[in-house]
This record gives sequence, C-alpha cells and structure tokens, in this order.
Amino acid sequence: MNKKWWKIACIVLLVYTVIGGLLISVPALPQLQETIRNLYFHVCMWFAMMILFGVSVVHSIQYLNTGNLRKDISSRAYASTGVVFGLLGYATGAIWASYTWADPNNPAYASFGSIVREPKLIGAAIALLIYFAYFVLRSSIPDLDQRARVSAVYNIFAFAMLFPSIWIIPRILPSLHPGKEGNPALNFNDIDARMRMVFYPAVIGWTLLGVWITTLKIRISFLQEKNWLNA
Amino acid sequence: MRQQYSLYGVMLYVASTIFVLYLAMEDPNAATWNALFWITQLFVCINAVAKSFLQENRGRMLYFYSICHPAVFVMAKLLYNIVLMAILNVFNLIIFIALMGNPTEVLLQFIGISFLGGLGLSLVFTMLAAIASKAMQQASLMAILGFPIIIPQLLLLIRLSRMAFAEVFRPGAAMQIVLLLLALDLGIIILSVILFPFLWKD
Repeated sequence: MNKKWWKIACIVLLVYTVIGGLLISVPALPQLQETIRNLYFHVCMWFAMMILFGVSVVHSIQYLNTGNLRKDISSRAYASTGVVFGLLGYATGAIWASYTWADPNNPAYASFGSIVREPKLIGAAIALLIYFAYFVLRSSIPDLDQRARVSAVYNIFAFAMLFPSIWIIPRILPSLHPGKEGNPALNFNDIDARMRMVFYPAVIGWTLLGVWITTLKIRISFLQEKNWLNA
Repeated sequence: MRQQYSLYGVMLYVASTIFVLYLAMEDPNAATWNALFWITQLFVCINAVAKSFLQENRGRMLYFYSICHPAVFVMAKLLYNIVLMAILNVFNLIIFIALMGNPTEVLLQFIGISFLGGLGLSLVFTMLAAIASKAMQQASLMAILGFPIIIPQLLLLIRLSRMAFAEVFRPGAAMQIVLLLLALDLGIIILSVILFPFLWKD
C-alpha cells in the first residue's frame, strides 16, 4: 500500500524522539537543567493540538461549502483528538512547572494559584473550553443536518476568536513562560542546534500520530453511520 | 419598540444587580470596582442581547426570511444590539457611580473604554445568540458557548481600563490594545455576515 509510508514515518520519528530526546546531550541551563528534554513532548503536544484544531476548522468550512456529512464527522473527530492532545499538553506542562516554577520551599500545590494566572495557561484553557462547548453544542441539537451546520459555524467563529487569545494576549500580559517575543518555538535562535535535531522531527512525529488516531476514528464513525451516509 | 417591557426588564436587572453589590461590599477599592463593573457589564450583555434571537418566534423569523437577505438581517441585528448595549452601558455606569462611588482618575477615559467594551460584547453575543437559538436549552448554552470566547476580550478590557485609574502604560501600549479590540470587532462583523446565512437555512 502506497499510503502506509507516513505511518511508518510516524513510528520511526517517535522512536527517534523518545530515544534521541532522552540520550542526546542538551545544554545545561540554570533552573531548567535536564528538564529541558520535556520540550520534545510538551511543546509538540500544543503544536499537534493547534494543527488538529486547524484541520477540524478546514473540514467545517468544507462542510458548509458542500453539505457532505462525512466532512462533519471528520471535523468532530479532529476536534476530539485535538482536545486529547491539549490535555496531554497540560499534563506535561504541569510536570515541568512543578520542577521549574513551583516554589521549592512549599509543597508544589501551594504554587498552583500563581502558576495558573499565566497567560499561556489561560489561552490554552480557553482553547479547551471552546472545544468542550463545541461538543456540548453538538449534543444539544437533535437534527443531523442542523447539528452539522450550526456546529460548523460555531467551530469557525470560535477558532477565529481563539487566535487572539493564544497568539496575541500572552505577548501583552506579563509572563514567565518562554517564547514571548516572536513566534514561540518557530524562532531559530530560541533553541540550541542539538535540540533542533530532535525537536522538529518530534513535532512532525506527534502530529502524524494525532492524524493517524483521527483517521481511525473517522473510519469507525463511517462504518457506524454507514446506513444513513449512503442513503 | 415592540417589546418595551424587555428593555425595562434588563434595566431592572442592572439596577438590582448593582444594588446587591452595593449592599454586599462597602467601599470597594479601585481594582475590585473595575472587576465588578466588567462582570456586571458581561451579564447585562448576555441578558439583553440573548433576547434578540431567543425571543423571536418561528413565524416572525420566517417573515424576516422572506423579506430580506440574511446578511442584511444580521447587520440590522448587530446594529440594534450595539445601540441597545450603549444605552444599557450608560445606565450601568450611572448607577455604578451613584452607588459604588467613583474611583476613576480620568472618568472620560473610562467611559470611552466601557463603550468600546460594550461594542465588542454586543457583537460577540449577537452571533452567539444566533447560534444558540438553533439548539435546545438556549439560555444556558449561551453562557457555555460565550464565556471562553469572551474571556480574552474581557482580559484586555480590564487591563486597558486600569489606564483610567491612573496606571502608567508603556507609550503606545494602550493604543495597541484599543486597535486590537477594534480589529477584533471588525473581524466579528465580517464573520457574522459570512456565517449567518448558513445558520438561516431551515
């Protein structure tokens, strides 16, 4: 099958990410030290999430143009995988923050209040809330076509409003989180050359994994709904 | 004005909310005052603007559908809600200052910012009311759909309105936020005009 190459690439890249990410030497910065290796996992989760949400919006636009319900199913599937990656991003970020931001003199949960105020965390929380709202909206409309249309409209509208919260606001409000000037993680001067060797493959690998999971979900949905899709 | 009672209803809602705040807090400091003002503004907007779609019955929507293009209709709704929100904004400000005192240093600036905020809030919630009116449990859905979208704007507005409490900003920073908010508003209008026709196909 000529469609298999990217799945093989995904496995190879992720194996490389885990092995290379844990073994290849990294610059020892104060505060960060070896925790910088989390970059290969934490940042990639957010990359994958944004890409998956973006693909979901593209499918929504295509649905509005064509009225093909398969596009609606794809849109929902990409959004739900995006949410999973977002939650994983939070989990990896929380582990990282507990070693670098939390006050070592107190138990980690005592710093919770001050860490959550972080603009990047607020932006991420908004992204997840928007997509939770998207699922609530979907479940509250019984009619199939209307559900697809209304949720596509909300998906596009919410995604457009999401951008200012994720890309602009963190640059205006004060923040501890790195990547404030310029585009976070896209700036070549931000990361050491050795780390770039693992970081970029890692981003691609995790994103491919997300797409892979989603295509499986979409195929299951198509099978489940095949009665009315072909009707 | 077909439904005068709904306007008076929202005004009563504003007045009683602020009265409760007045009884609950004596002499709030500037930061608290600011936060309370914007929260009141948010809930007033949800209550006032939500009615614009949720109260229309099916027959009347069908009538509007037959006489005009959806883009024209949504523009009219946006315009109406902007004016409605501006009126309620003035009302809200007057009662707030009367009951809770006036901690602002530059009142005129704060009034300007509150109008800018009211504009953004009414635009966002008009579109969301249109979306929510298609679903069940409309009123609660408005809040679920709306809050995540409005948080960034509200954060910017609260930050900006500290200027009226004599906080010094980096030169150009305040203007940057104002322009950003205006750009957002423009984006919402464009999106509403593009997306609303899809909502209207029934």
